[in-house]
Amino acid sequence: MLEPWIFIALLLGAGMLLPGVTIVANWLLAPKKPNPIKQSIYECGIETVGETYIQLKGGYYIYALIFVVFDIEAVFMFPWAVAFDKLQLYMVMEGVIFILILAAGLAYAWRKGVLEWV
Amino acid sequence: MVAFLNDPFTWTGSLLRSWLEGLGLAPDLVTFLLQVVGAFVLGTTLLMLTFILIWAERKIVARIQDRLGPNRVGPYGVFQTVADLLKLVTKELITPTGADVIPYNLAPLLAVMAVVGVWAVIPLAPTLIGASINVGVLYIVAVGAIGTLGIMVAGMSSNNKYALLGAFRTVAMMVSYAVPMMIALLIPVLLSGSMDMETIVEAQSPIAFIILAPFAALIFFVSSLAEVGRAPFDLLEAESEIVAGFHIEYSGLKFGMFFVGEFLHAFTISALTATLFLGGWQGPWAELYPLLGLFYFIIKTSIVYFVVIWIRGSFPRIRIDHINNLNWKLITPLALASLIVAAIAEKVATEFGINRLGIHVGANAFLFMITLAAIRLNARGARSRVKANSVNKSVAASSGSSPGS
Repeated sequence: MLEPWIFIALLLGAGMLLPGVTIVANWLLAPKKPNPIKQSIYECGIETVGETYIQLKGGYYIYALIFVVFDIEAVFMFPWAVAFDKLQLYMVMEGVIFILILAAGLAYAWRKGVLEWV
Repeated sequence: MVAFLNDPFTWTGSLLRSWLEGLGLAPDLVTFLLQVVGAFVLGTTLLMLTFILIWAERKIVARIQDRLGPNRVGPYGVFQTVADLLKLVTKELITPTGADVIPYNLAPLLAVMAVVGVWAVIPLAPTLIGASINVGVLYIVAVGAIGTLGIMVAGMSSNNKYALLGAFRTVAMMVSYAVPMMIALLIPVLLSGSMDMETIVEAQSPIAFIILAPFAALIFFVSSLAEVGRAPFDLLEAESEIVAGFHIEYSGLKFGMFFVGEFLHAFTISALTATLFLGGWQGPWAELYPLLGLFYFIIKTSIVYFVVIWIRGSFPRIRIDHINNLNWKLITPLALASLIVAAIAEKVATEFGINRLGIHVGANAFLFMITLAAIRLNARGARSRVKANSVNKSVAASSGSSPGS
């Protein structure tokens, strides 16, 4: 039971290690001559003005919020889909009603103008 | 020799196992060692595959644009990528001032790790799968999200405004497109009754899921293109707007790793589309000869990957508001509708004993007609609005410019 998860851990480890090794090789081979001009922030030749971490637009936040709703929906829907063969017709209809409630939420957000990118 | 040709994967595995156990090692340790070997072979193969992928993409895009593409290093320029790698290895690694050093260096590793990790659950051949787990589909969603995280970390730790804008766009686009992708993934799970990738492939034995659920296949393909950030959804690294987006401050192989991650991710979504909707290794005599199964899998994946490159060569980059409209106003409602259609059609087919293929195809054709009508209605409304605006404008212009008024 545990065996496949060990393999996944090993593969993720390999996925970290192999690029890590090549980057270390690059670090060993490459010249290292830092100077302030070279390390300055690249903005097409113009010096950067003010803070980098500016306030972000509210629209991004709202999209992330709608995403969270649908992400939680997926947690409920996957067990329903896995057990699909054993479900009665009325259980399937309950699942459909659940999806329709979600769709109503999306329609509400749409109607409220949240989905407009301004 | 016959045993090897029939099933080289099991044959090699049992040969290695018997050899290691012959050395006097404990069976548990042998299993672990074999897994280490398997993981590193798979990881290295994937990273090496990138050389071919980049070359193929440059050649095909060049053909589409009526150019020759790389043709100097080696026959047909196959070693061009190797030459590029050698150049990148000798480039200085520059860390910008004010960057968060740990996340800044971790981001390229995360980008590659997420892509390589997905391949653990893809069945390459009937007897060849990294890890046969019963939550394969959920694992793909989870590990795929790490790639998005890598891009966000890269953008936010670079201390550069363009990189930060790239990270913001990641939130708006990649995260949004995860929603229809997950809903589309529910449909193969529903049709096969399992989240195990092997069971999903076996369930497609007579009919592949692309015929039963064409909408799900299309939605999954398009939304995972956006998840990967490929053209035409590549506005998080749009050169003409935000220079290079999230990887602007990276140099040398740290930049190269983002490149590897992106190309490999495009190939990975091709493999996932082939596995979930085109039947993976299924084909004539594939069960008898696993090597043939691997061949079918590679062929199907390559065809989907060619379509990915074709799309890149054909479509211009889409504007950000159009991308968000496409997702939330067309693809997500369509995904929900196609989930409902698939669920009802599948249940009705089993409950009342109606032909499964017929009812699915009929229901999807019905959905297609409704979608087309909705799009047409929407386009007609937009066109009449534009016309009304231009009429108003021309009236205003003529009344303003006439000298008498």
